[in-house]
Amino acid sequence: MDRIIDLGKYIEIGINALEKNFSFLWSAIDDSISWTVDQMNELLLSIPFVLFLGIVTFMAYYAKTGNKLFTREGVKKGIGLALFVVSGLFLIYAMGYWEEAIYTTTLVLVSTFIALILGIPFGILSARNKTADMIIRPILDFMQTMPAFVYLIPAIFFFSVGNTPGIIATVIFSLPPAVRLTSLGIKNVQSDVIEAGRAFGATENQILYKIQLPLAMPTILTGVNQVILLSLSMVVIASMVGAKGLGSIVYQGIQQNDIAKGFESGLGIVILAIILDRITQSIANKK
Amino acid sequence: MTESNERKIKLEVKDLTLIFGKRKKEALAMLEKGASKEAILKKTKCTVGINKASFEVYEGEVFVVMGLSGSGKSTLIRCLNRLNEPTAGQVFFKDHDITREGNKELLNTRRYEMSMVFQSFGLLPHKTILENAAFGLELRGEPKEEREKKAMTALETVGLKGYEEQYPSAMSGGMQQRVGLARALANDSEVLLMDEAFSALDPLIKSDMQDELLQIQSKLKKTIVFITHDLDEAIKLGDRIVIMKDGIIEQIGTAEEILTNPASEYVEAFTEKVDRKTIITAETLMFTKPLLLQLKKDGPMQAIRKMRTASLNVLPVEDENRLFMGYVWLQDVLKLADAKESHLDKALKTEVPSVYKDYTVEEMLPLISNHNYPLAVVDRDNGKLLGLVTQTSLIIEATRFGDEEVKELIEIANDI
Repeated sequence: MDRIIDLGKYIEIGINALEKNFSFLWSAIDDSISWTVDQMNELLLSIPFVLFLGIVTFMAYYAKTGNKLFTREGVKKGIGLALFVVSGLFLIYAMGYWEEAIYTTTLVLVSTFIALILGIPFGILSARNKTADMIIRPILDFMQTMPAFVYLIPAIFFFSVGNTPGIIATVIFSLPPAVRLTSLGIKNVQSDVIEAGRAFGATENQILYKIQLPLAMPTILTGVNQVILLSLSMVVIASMVGAKGLGSIVYQGIQQNDIAKGFESGLGIVILAIILDRITQSIANKK
Repeated sequence: MTESNERKIKLEVKDLTLIFGKRKKEALAMLEKGASKEAILKKTKCTVGINKASFEVYEGEVFVVMGLSGSGKSTLIRCLNRLNEPTAGQVFFKDHDITREGNKELLNTRRYEMSMVFQSFGLLPHKTILENAAFGLELRGEPKEEREKKAMTALETVGLKGYEEQYPSAMSGGMQQRVGLARALANDSEVLLMDEAFSALDPLIKSDMQDELLQIQSKLKKTIVFITHDLDEAIKLGDRIVIMKDGIIEQIGTAEEILTNPASEYVEAFTEKVDRKTIITAETLMFTKPLLLQLKKDGPMQAIRKMRTASLNVLPVEDENRLFMGYVWLQDVLKLADAKESHLDKALKTEVPSVYKDYTVEEMLPLISNHNYPLAVVDRDNGKLLGLVTQTSLIIEATRFGDEEVKELIEIANDI
């Protein structure tokens, strides 16, 4: 069939133009992301495994129990997660994937950070402004339904291969829940509390920072949790453009038809996912 | 009431109108021409929330706005601090018009001049009781130490000392509303706007809170605009009451004025279920300038003549300074006349109850139970006789029976 509209072509022309005209921007982004990832990898890897294990276990335990740290009730609540963290991380270490697990963690944390820095302000904007909401909503739908692989093409185009295109694709894929849940959390703040604030002379900023954001925090934290999980689910795809970590081992397993490798690295991702999920969820539920 | 004319006006609302909808101007023009609410709705799809409300609120009074849901009372109170933007009209406060205030002035009015208490409390669940009570001050930007000190005092006033570190979710509705009240008091503004503040509470707690508010009010003397749908509450709290219906003010007056002289059928229907015994006072029931005898001037013969012409068998007596002395009965006066006495002294019965003009029916009823003469209403300050309250009128007021029925009842009672 003859093509009537060559939409893809126009997009290509547009992206080409963007690449050429803003190359300084892309290289700046690439440099700063690569630098951050390298520094963080170096830092995390410099921590001895046992110490790292202790820190993460304590973080998980503390997130779960809060200030009832060493009471009977606290132990009952947090011991399960603590044991899981210890055995899970030890398993990854014992399988020989510790370095890859660190790379993956860094990838997830950096993309989550970027997704939140972008997502939360847009969420606030869409909660407070109807026009902005009407524009942002379809864009989010687009981002979520577009197959994640498609993001790899422009990501490679702008940033060639490596961690940066992986992170950029991951950010695009995991950004929507940060925006949506921030917006939802703010919209769900009861109007009577806001009215009370207004009656006592709160400015719009005071309403946002003293009423809406604190009350929306549990929902926003659920958004953070979702962003982290979506980022983790992107690690294999990100590895296709050269992002290092457990994802690339899975990718190797697929290419070499190596069941052992695929299973081990896949399990590693699952363990990381569960730990990160439980920690963030406990924080979100505490409020 | 003559005394209220001398009181200082705190808030003056003039022709306040609020129209909901998009074609406000058109609707307002129709309203000016006297079109009905229905006609305006049909033509412009605009709802008239408040229709030219005018009233004054005096300094230090509890001014109750009362009406059923949809009467526009909550909308009205929100126009005072412009949580709802009035379409037309003025709200004068301290010699300027609140409806014309710019953003900054309005913010200051809300922060310093008017504090609000809400039906749904509107507390912040993530802040402690103390932080909630200090919230208005926090918005003003007062330093932490200072605002917490003020908030503590306010919490003590509402009886919540010791709960500062709790969170609202741990408290009952009544206690949460105390926090709401403390938050308003902590701001120390002169005007309190209370929107159905006690409507969400259990009857017992509600009554407690009303008592507490009255007690606080007797100390602090704020100017309070109180919204309610409960006439009993309005009567209990209100120095004056406004009754609203469909955005229109039906009547303004004291509880007694509204009960005794309802301005419309709507108001009358409203007041039917109210326990009038506790509201109607001697002043309303008494007939003034009663026929009476002067102890020095009138002798027995004069007394008999007066009683016969009025066909009464008992008359009140006052002295030359017009102080109320007591009553004389016909049979006693006749005896004096037989004995050719020239003074009424011996017939005078001074052991009779008398009341002040603010006595309620409920308070007067026990006083007539053993007697069959009218109650004398005397001036609290100078002891002068102001008027008489007859048994018949008291019983009519108490029972809401008709005139004839009561007379019959009294006759039957007297026969027994």
